[in-house]
Amino acid sequence: MAQAAIELIGINKSFGAVRANRDINLEIARGTIHGIVGENGAGKSTLMSILYGFYQADSGEIRVGGKPASIKTPNDAIALGIGMVHQHFMLVDNFSVLENIILGAETDALLKSSIAKARSELDRLEREYGLEVDPDAIIEELPVGLQQRVEILKALYRGAEILILDEPTGVLTPAEADHLFRILRQLKEQGKTVVLITHKLREIMAITDTVSVMRQGTMVATRETKKTTVEELAELMVGRRVLLRVEKGEAEAGGVKLAVKNLTVKDSRGVTMVDDISFDIRAGEIVGIAGVAGNGQSELLEAISGIRRAVSGSVMLDGKPIDLTGAADPGELRDRGLAHVPEDRHHVGLVLAFEENENSILGYHDDPRYLKGPFLDIDAITADARDKIEKYDIRPANPHLKTANFSGGNQQKIVLAREIEQDPGVLIVGQPTRGVDVGAIEFIHKRLIAMRDQGKAVLVVSVELDEIRSLSDRILVMFAGRIVGERGPDASEGELGLLMAGVEQEAAA
Amino acid sequence: MDLLNAVVQVLDSTIRLSVPLLLACLAGLYSERAGIFDIGLEGKMLVGAFAGAAAASVFHSAFLGLGMAILISVAFAMVHGFASITHRGNQIVSGVAINFIAAGSTIILGQAWFQQGGRTPALQSGERFESITADTISNFLANYSFSSADLLASIRGLVLYLPALLFDALARIPGFGPVFSELLLGHSILVYFAFAMVPFTWWVLYRTRFGLRLRAVGENPAAVDTAGISVAWLRYRALICTGVLTGVAGAYLSMVQTSGFVKDMTAGKGYIALAALIFAKWKPVNAMFACLLFGFLDAASIRLQGSPLPVVGKVSAQFMQALPYVLTVILLAGFIGKAIPPRAGGVPYVKER
Repeated sequence: MAQAAIELIGINKSFGAVRANRDINLEIARGTIHGIVGENGAGKSTLMSILYGFYQADSGEIRVGGKPASIKTPNDAIALGIGMVHQHFMLVDNFSVLENIILGAETDALLKSSIAKARSELDRLEREYGLEVDPDAIIEELPVGLQQRVEILKALYRGAEILILDEPTGVLTPAEADHLFRILRQLKEQGKTVVLITHKLREIMAITDTVSVMRQGTMVATRETKKTTVEELAELMVGRRVLLRVEKGEAEAGGVKLAVKNLTVKDSRGVTMVDDISFDIRAGEIVGIAGVAGNGQSELLEAISGIRRAVSGSVMLDGKPIDLTGAADPGELRDRGLAHVPEDRHHVGLVLAFEENENSILGYHDDPRYLKGPFLDIDAITADARDKIEKYDIRPANPHLKTANFSGGNQQKIVLAREIEQDPGVLIVGQPTRGVDVGAIEFIHKRLIAMRDQGKAVLVVSVELDEIRSLSDRILVMFAGRIVGERGPDASEGELGLLMAGVEQEAAA
Repeated sequence: MDLLNAVVQVLDSTIRLSVPLLLACLAGLYSERAGIFDIGLEGKMLVGAFAGAAAASVFHSAFLGLGMAILISVAFAMVHGFASITHRGNQIVSGVAINFIAAGSTIILGQAWFQQGGRTPALQSGERFESITADTISNFLANYSFSSADLLASIRGLVLYLPALLFDALARIPGFGPVFSELLLGHSILVYFAFAMVPFTWWVLYRTRFGLRLRAVGENPAAVDTAGISVAWLRYRALICTGVLTGVAGAYLSMVQTSGFVKDMTAGKGYIALAALIFAKWKPVNAMFACLLFGFLDAASIRLQGSPLPVVGKVSAQFMQALPYVLTVILLAGFIGKAIPPRAGGVPYVKER
């Protein structure tokens, strides 16, 4: 094997009492694509931030190209030829591509020569790697795929030999992700080293040469990608066997529970986000809405759950209309059997500063079960919360812990437990497993299928295509505010991907 | 001719009244573009005014006064930076605190040092900035000679020679000349400085590395940080610019517009400048027009006090005094559309975990 591009030796890092990285050893070979997988909070991003000089390791040694390196700031990392593409792009949205590229890498105090140099350099990079992008475009007007390309160009412009990508495909369509992978392969052919951090095992299998698995701050294994399987990696990540695709029987769809007709919704700027959408959900089926984030799914969910005003159209719950003026009483909707697990649990689903037991009845706090006269019955609420904690395996099992101290997966379980345990007729779920670990995903999927088998109507909106395909009995694909196609659960990923990208729009219509 | 005279006079005082607003507004632009809200413009102007007048009257030098005004104002800006950048405090609270400290300390120190009820002694000629008039220019032209004995002064003079010649020629044009002398001449050097700062600020923001980074740090400090640039140092430098400009604004109030410091003499100009900054959508050239507009409203209200208006007749002085503020509210509420502030404004930068 060629000389190592990067060696990490005995890296330790703690944040307060949390040990994010424990005694990590890692060797990344030059000219390879090296994947790092692990659940959220396994310490992947922390490790890479140490390598990029964003944090300092408490102890341990970093060697770049065989030589010990001291990386105290991102500047040191850049000087050593390390570039990073962050999960949340580090771009200034209202700057042009050129301005973003030169930021921090200007040649002198005036911009003129920097801009000229960047322009010719971009031209060269474009020819060499096929990374074309309009240098004068404003970032916020570019699609995310191109924004990411600007991030890669930024790193290459600074002379990066080692490129770290943190969860690069989270925001991309399948087609954009494929394009990214082509670019990464080309970079590898040119002798660059690529480090890919992800929790999507399929990507690891598709593109990496070597893969390292992290769990709870430690490096548990490094494998040659060819000699491992998705199942083995998942087991290493979680520490036990995981079902990646939940078993489910045929749906036995009953009568229509929720009917959406000609629904049109605009956002705060007056842009039409949901454009004349109609569909039904029947009892005993899961309908999945697939689509790239930002194609109107959020607005659709908000309109159906009565939070956002609809411009026109109707939504019938059990044959009776839902108030779409934006002034719907959420309590009334709950009474009528409509439960909503919002996409954004931090802002809409939970009050993070509350204790777990308070969140586990939030919205149902007027229920006589939780009341003693005009007062909250704390004992009953706590008992109820303990019940849910046990049933949904929420950890830590402490109903008096502040909700902010639970992990993302456990917070999601708190919301799901609250809504599902009210036994609603219709359950609407936005991004059921966003930021949730592999192990918890399995659990949540099982719960949703159990709901279906009890004869409930379930609507799932997710940007994770795997999730949609594994859960849904019927798949609707949203693109630019419209439903551009309906497919069965056996639809191929490629077919759905094209619909999501709006390619087959004519064929589907 | 009477009407023309009146118009020229109102425009002339528009310029005079908009200068402190413009300086403060540009000062706010530097800090807010860097992502630091600065409600303490008012306080920094006030300490600048006090320090300027006090130093000028003690040391008998206008330029020493100006220097002291800038120094003290920058020091206050650094306090704001220490609280809101280094310690990530709330920027509004820090700004308000600076305003209170400024209002209180200037009166206390003024009384302790000069015993004139919080005022500073009236500035004499030479202790304040004089106006540059047509006479100043013709004197300068008449007395100017190139001498190798005093080379430095001669070269300095040479730089001023051509503009002076041009001004002199313009002032002599029949008909237009008097209007010109009234509007463009007869101001102190600080007035020209203020208006020169407009294109200069534009140039700094859009044509220099510092400006690019300044704008970036106000929009997305994380992008600046990951590019290997210190967010804190960049923001401190922006606040130094703010301090310099509020210092000049303060000096203008106490050393040009009046001759000496009077308590609370900023009278809300710092807040009007903030309003103008929003009105201008944080852009330098817009800022100039916004400040001229506010200055004009002020000038018009002074001019129209007590004089009868067509149709409505005589209007009370209080109404005219309130007019600029009423119009400010209307303009801000209705006419500017959506003003989008720098995205990272008001938020202390913390590295994410």
